Amino acid sequence: MSATHDVLILGGGGAGCSAALHLALRGARVALFERGLVGSQASGVNYGGVRQNGRHPAELPIARRSREIWARLPELIGTDAEFEVTGHLKLARSAAEEAELADYMAVAREYDLPLELIGSNSIHARWPWLGPRVVAGAFAPEDGAANPRLLAPAFARAARAAGAEINEHAPVSEIAHDGALFTLTIGDRTWRAPVALNCMGYWGGEIAARFGEAVPVAPLAPNMLVSEPIPYFIEPNMGVVGGDVYLRQIRRGNVIFGSGRGTSDPAVPWSRPLPEPTLTAMARAIELVPRLAGVQVIRSWTGIDGDMPDGLPVIGPSRTTPGLIHAFGFSGHGFMLGPGIGAILAELVLDGRTDVPLHPFRIDRFALGSAA
Amino acid sequence: MKVAVIGAGPAGTRAVEVLVRAGHRPVWIDEAAANGGRIHQRPVAGTTRSHRDLYGTEAAKAEAIHALGERLRAASDWRPGTLVWNIRPGVLDTLCAGRHGTIGFDRAILCTGAMDRIVPVPGWTLPGVFTLGGAQIALKAQGVAIGARVAFIGTGPLLWLVATQYVKAGAEVALVLDTTPFTTKARAAAGLLRDPATFARGLALVARLRMAGVRVIEGGVPVAIEGADAVGSVRVRDRAGREHHIACDAVGLGFGLKPESQLADLAGVPFVFDATQRNWVPQHDRAGRTAVPGICLAGDGAGIAGADAAELAGARAAWAAIEDGGGAVDRGEVARLDRALARIPPFRAALERAFPYPATLAARTPDATIVCRCEAITAEELRAAARATHVTGGAPEVNRAKAFTRVGMGRCQGRVCGPPAAEILADALGCDIAAVGRLRGQPPVKPIPILAQAVE
Repeated sequence: MSATHDVLILGGGGAGCSAALHLALRGARVALFERGLVGSQASGVNYGGVRQNGRHPAELPIARRSREIWARLPELIGTDAEFEVTGHLKLARSAAEEAELADYMAVAREYDLPLELIGSNSIHARWPWLGPRVVAGAFAPEDGAANPRLLAPAFARAARAAGAEINEHAPVSEIAHDGALFTLTIGDRTWRAPVALNCMGYWGGEIAARFGEAVPVAPLAPNMLVSEPIPYFIEPNMGVVGGDVYLRQIRRGNVIFGSGRGTSDPAVPWSRPLPEPTLTAMARAIELVPRLAGVQVIRSWTGIDGDMPDGLPVIGPSRTTPGLIHAFGFSGHGFMLGPGIGAILAELVLDGRTDVPLHPFRIDRFALGSAA
Repeated sequence: MKVAVIGAGPAGTRAVEVLVRAGHRPVWIDEAAANGGRIHQRPVAGTTRSHRDLYGTEAAKAEAIHALGERLRAASDWRPGTLVWNIRPGVLDTLCAGRHGTIGFDRAILCTGAMDRIVPVPGWTLPGVFTLGGAQIALKAQGVAIGARVAFIGTGPLLWLVATQYVKAGAEVALVLDTTPFTTKARAAAGLLRDPATFARGLALVARLRMAGVRVIEGGVPVAIEGADAVGSVRVRDRAGREHHIACDAVGLGFGLKPESQLADLAGVPFVFDATQRNWVPQHDRAGRTAVPGICLAGDGAGIAGADAAELAGARAAWAAIEDGGGAVDRGEVARLDRALARIPPFRAALERAFPYPATLAARTPDATIVCRCEAITAEELRAAARATHVTGGAPEVNRAKAFTRVGMGRCQGRVCGPPAAEILADALGCDIAAVGRLRGQPPVKPIPILAQAVE
């Protein structure tokens, strides 16, 4: 049996759809498979942060690469996905947290990330609406936010226009490898290709396990809220040391914020925000921006992502199956990385290499135990 | 067994009556300060208008429900002024007097009522345009008319009832435009005669309006509501195609009702599209039981059936909750309720045939007209999102259209724009209305304030 395609992409989130486009643009025959509609889970219903600030050093090269693509979205996919460069402000609420921000400045320098450390007096002069508990901040002017509901579908549409086959309502249930080709079957249709990309988010763990390399991935349902529109005044996208609250305002006026976790059942899949983290998010939002007290919340929501024990995704070739490449488990911060991941996966497939160091994301790091 | 009854309209009040009679002390919750629901909304304190003046043909029922509510307050754990903004297994999340809280329950009877269904007539976002229900509540609860010269546009029994109430209250009614032709109503008359008393009340309303000299157009369509920064006039077209330009300073707009079923949705009750009333309704059996253990539904929130049916359904659902909890049931009473409830669907079907939702009018909303007023999304933006050439690809159903355009993402969370948005999307896609689905619910079911309150 011969190959019908060059690459099968499992999962239609941000990473999978970006990979489909980057591969199709270079002439690869691509078929993507998405259980529901593209961008339905973590890729489509996340907070919308486009943030390099504060990322794990291992992720910064990917974030830098992805940030270049964010700047080129209109020419690449026909829309900027409402990406706006507002800067990202990571806040400290104690001396210990401020010390952590100071330590990170060296990381930022090493990776050429523009970052400004702002002390207590300056920060309240510059953003006078910040609450008194804020003692310092680190401001990354290149960062911002975008509309997650648009990104993966726009990548998928552009990929389709470039010749990729995008299959929605196409769950990956039957997939096998015969040593040379992957065979994927849905109903009476069959796809065969030498390469398969596992971009299935939380469910990527099931694919990995099926090919003999299970990893400890857990479902993650971030608890997020949006307010009614109020006059625009919060320009930067904001987070805190420790990450227990995040908050931004869009120009339309709505304040989008989140804290903690909702509940989910990935088998359905089903997820729902919970009232306790919702109320906690409110209290923490007021702590950062006291003026938000009394503003009405109109909706809360969540979606399902894959959470890894070390908070880093699995990216790179399978150790058991030639041609299988993983990119899943983005642990709640993959939206910004998605466009770059797609480009990196395309390079791995077509060039056999990429400039971005992927060693920290190798799938067998969990099997190595404490030595990892 | 702790039973929670959410809602204190006709259904909730009768449910609590049965529970109390059976020896329970249910927790009884409503957003309003007193029972009655929207249909029997209480007047503002100190009003001098009698029940007869306020509620017209429904005065006796309103009086009975109000009196029953007074009696049941002490016999139940009555929680007025309380919004239930989320439901999860065994817990209601509430907002009362500016405090977030929770109420536990073993069984819940959701009697969450209905709201107006609109068609986005060009100009409907102008100040001075109200829903029919809003116009009625202004009159009943606040003792004011929505304007000095009011046009009522829509279809359904409420159109005629509210217009009559306005005439009776001394307001000038400039126009009653019913999108349903008289002949359609006449054809449904045989079915309506299943409930001759209601049918006769309806005829009396129309006669009273015509006698009062009110301009009545049946089978016409609204063209636009016009005005610079508030309502100044309406343009309508009659059945013969003639256009009329009528001065007014307020408009009451409503095209039948839709269930307020967000709590049932959050509770996990499956929904089905009811083609007769053209609404998505939470599925339940005739006793109000749902597929979710411990959750019963009653009243218009379970599918539009009217206030009389709601009283029966509330009582019936209470017996179901009692029975499911292992309590003793009055079999004779249950049989009587079941017989009475069995007579409702044929009458409702006739009523829906008599006053159909003008789906085509909604589907053909002009491009420039705002459909989602919270987010200011036009019909054209929605239609564009349906096309495969859209930058995100086409939206095959309403939640995708919401994701792409923000339709239904604002303060009302699609409670107002959801039905017409679905009509426009289905029309643009060339598919059946049921195929575009319904907007998924998310907590809170209504806006709640950001508070610094610690989690309790």
